[in-house]
Amino acid sequence: MVKKIITNKLKHDEIIKAESKNLNFFYADGTQALNGVSLPVYENKITALIGPSGCGKSTFLRCFNRMHDLYPGNRYDGQIILQPDNTNILLTDVDPIEVRMRISMVFQKPNPFPKSIYENVAYGLRVRGESKKRTLDEKVEEALKGASLWNEVKDRLQDLAFNLSGGQQQRLCIARALATEPEIMLFDEPTSALDPIATMNIEELMSELKQKLSILIVTHNMQQAARISDYTAYMYLGKLIEFDATNKIFTNPSKKETEDYITGKFG
Amino acid sequence: MNPENDLIISQRLAKNFQRNFRERLIEFGLLCSGLIAIFITLAIVYVLVSEAIPFFQHVSIIDFLTDTVWTPNYSIKHYGILPLISGTLTTTGIALIVAVPLGTITAIYLSEFASHKVREIIKPILELLVGVPTVVFGYFALMLVTPMLQKIYPDLTTFNMLGPGIVMGIMIVPYIASVAEDSMRAVPMSMREGAYAMGATRFQTAIRVITPAAISGIVAAYILAISRAVGETMIVAIAAGQQPNFTFNPVESAATITSYIVSVALGDLEHGGIGYQSIFAAGLTLLIMTLLINILGHAVRKKYAERY
Repeated sequence: MVKKIITNKLKHDEIIKAESKNLNFFYADGTQALNGVSLPVYENKITALIGPSGCGKSTFLRCFNRMHDLYPGNRYDGQIILQPDNTNILLTDVDPIEVRMRISMVFQKPNPFPKSIYENVAYGLRVRGESKKRTLDEKVEEALKGASLWNEVKDRLQDLAFNLSGGQQQRLCIARALATEPEIMLFDEPTSALDPIATMNIEELMSELKQKLSILIVTHNMQQAARISDYTAYMYLGKLIEFDATNKIFTNPSKKETEDYITGKFG
Repeated sequence: MNPENDLIISQRLAKNFQRNFRERLIEFGLLCSGLIAIFITLAIVYVLVSEAIPFFQHVSIIDFLTDTVWTPNYSIKHYGILPLISGTLTTTGIALIVAVPLGTITAIYLSEFASHKVREIIKPILELLVGVPTVVFGYFALMLVTPMLQKIYPDLTTFNMLGPGIVMGIMIVPYIASVAEDSMRAVPMSMREGAYAMGATRFQTAIRVITPAAISGIVAAYILAISRAVGETMIVAIAAGQQPNFTFNPVESAATITSYIVSVALGDLEHGGIGYQSIFAAGLTLLIMTLLINILGHAVRKKYAERY
């Protein structure tokens, strides 16, 4: 009996890439959006955040690259420890720009810049001061290949990014985030604005990407979480209800609330 | 199938004449207010053209466009519009050199850097500048700016194009800043978040992402500013000397199309005389210039239409 419980627990040989510890978050108007969330992000794994709208999963995700800093009055309380530095990236003396250079993000709606395809991908490199044409060319090609977009756009790199289809734009945004070789990539419902084929492409892409980096994804689509993630966290009303290996969450969740949500009785 | 019920239903779905009539009336009212603006524009064109026709019966269009001397009130009369055009273009050019960088930088600051509080204070103050009568700006140029410029450049004459050009530039800064800032603020937050998420600084986001995204609105602001500068009358009439010289040298005095019109129109002119008619020829030239600028601006805006 004891043995069974241990096998059901998380495999502790996984390497922790980042970990939130007792994280609280308050918006400028005083509402508490996160309440004591503690969650590990494992290296080379996909961690999915699921839960009903307004449960705080996007808020939680956006803490990882300090996106909340853009809006005055927001307040973090608690820790997100980034490894191997073993540093709390929420501390005020940690530069959010440095954090964002290592933890990149792909948004719900594709948001390419009003520039050419090439310049979109080169943007992050230019921001880092890279200006050598040859290095840029190489990295742009590499990133576009990494986002499986290269074959579709290699002959029109100077075209405006807005001329691409929605799915292509989202892969361009992934390439853009990939070009700077981040350690963690955050995905905020990356396929909710896309059709099933484009969604499938992005999902396949994420499975490839996890060879190189760690992924944290917010999704409304439970099938998606089940398909691609290694770990799943169920959140409700700003609290983490359950975190476990994905197949455990979807087949044998330990909390009643999780089961209700997964089976569609609630949410 | 109850015939009584049928009747009720058909009554229910019958056209509501009262409502239709009201809608038509509103539509007609809206159309009329739109037509008034068009009618006034056409009336202006009609007046300008009808008075300019007799002028061009005396003066050939080729002379008008190529002669470099404009002396309609002298005994030896010349009717070359070029000196007035050069004056107009030079003062406008100086104004733009001042206003475009200043206005754009102000817009970037207000939209991307200023906190909400600061913006709420600065923007109304800036817009107050629009309310200052241009006569005041004219004397500001003549009594303050030109004497200051003379300290740097002693050969500068009292009446020159540089002083009024600079003051005109200051005057149109709020036009550029306000319109450009509105278009930059209209860039969706997702674009900014995308840039910041790449590790960009505020400045990098503002210059490399927000400005190109808002370029169509920024260009619109420039066009508005150019039209405003070309049409500006009092500043140049007061401080530029009203001397029609065919020159692009900013330290010389000059007359612009508008300052010529105002100076002649204020004098005693015989109605129907050639001097009187020359105002309309000059006015028509100004109208065509402004029209060309607007068409150009429209084309540029279309090319860089907002697409985010």
